[in-house]
Amino acid sequence: MSEIEQRAAPLPMRRPRRQRATVVGVLGELFLTAGVLVLLFLGWQVWLNDIIVGAEQTAAADDLAEQWDSGEASTPTETSTGTPAPTETPAPDAIPVPVDPGEPVVAARPAASESFANLIIPRLGADYRRPIAEGVGLDVLNNRKTGVGHYPETQMPGEVGNFAIAAHRTTYGASFHDINTLLVGDNIYVETADGWYQYVYRGTEYVRPTGVGVLDPVPQVGGVASTDRIITMTSCHPYFSSAERIIAYGVFETWYPRAGGAPAEIATLVQAGGR
Amino acid sequence: MYAALWRMLPGPLWVRILTAVVIVCAILSALVVWVFPIINELFVPPEVTVGP
Repeated sequence: MSEIEQRAAPLPMRRPRRQRATVVGVLGELFLTAGVLVLLFLGWQVWLNDIIVGAEQTAAADDLAEQWDSGEASTPTETSTGTPAPTETPAPDAIPVPVDPGEPVVAARPAASESFANLIIPRLGADYRRPIAEGVGLDVLNNRKTGVGHYPETQMPGEVGNFAIAAHRTTYGASFHDINTLLVGDNIYVETADGWYQYVYRGTEYVRPTGVGVLDPVPQVGGVASTDRIITMTSCHPYFSSAERIIAYGVFETWYPRAGGAPAEIATLVQAGGR
Repeated sequence: MYAALWRMLPGPLWVRILTAVVIVCAILSALVVWVFPIINELFVPPEVTVGP
């Protein structure tokens, strides 16, 4: 008889004996449960909840765009006689001639906490679209419907100067979680009721929490008249810490009026979001 | 404790397993929907803005 069989033999005898719960046993199980709960909470806080809240913020952004679309669509149909305008079908091989959209429209300043734009950054995800609201208070940043806040003292999208926004790197949707993954040349779109403002990512810097120079019309150069249109995105650095700030800059490239349709890069997202 | 809870579950083995899974899922959902958000309020999120 092998050793294993000898050891296994007494087991059936032991089985009917019911182990009584001891105080130490129950306590141990409670501690184990508490440990599992803490791990579950951490997983929820740093991962699952960002996905949930991020999806809610994206849904809010889609709703916002839908409002802009419906508002835009209702105006022409009221004035037309009911017949749709003849749609031009360009030849398949025709190279689209870029139309100069002219000077970008600068919208009126929104009320505090009002969602007035969407941020679309393809590098951060094919469906990345988050609402931007006025103000950088916790009512905007820690909000399931907004997530990105606009510094009220800075300029508006398309305006000469600096359009500065802030969002969480971790928790509350973590809109800027991957802000460090932007590559030079990446497009950053700001969508408003008027259209899409295209900025191109230029660079990143890290500053102290008091580094308000990044909000200047010409970032880090105070007291100069600006001629460029800059976008500045601020978030915390490193992850889960308030020690420093990560600052990502972009420079205005062009803009696309809403009537002319979304730029090709984000056309699918804009279409799908409005479903 | 969990052994005692398991013995309290009625029915054959597969019913017990099913009941246990349903109860665990219910507890997890309650945690995610109500308990975790309340606990989360106690945490101060990192600051993301620059300011004086």
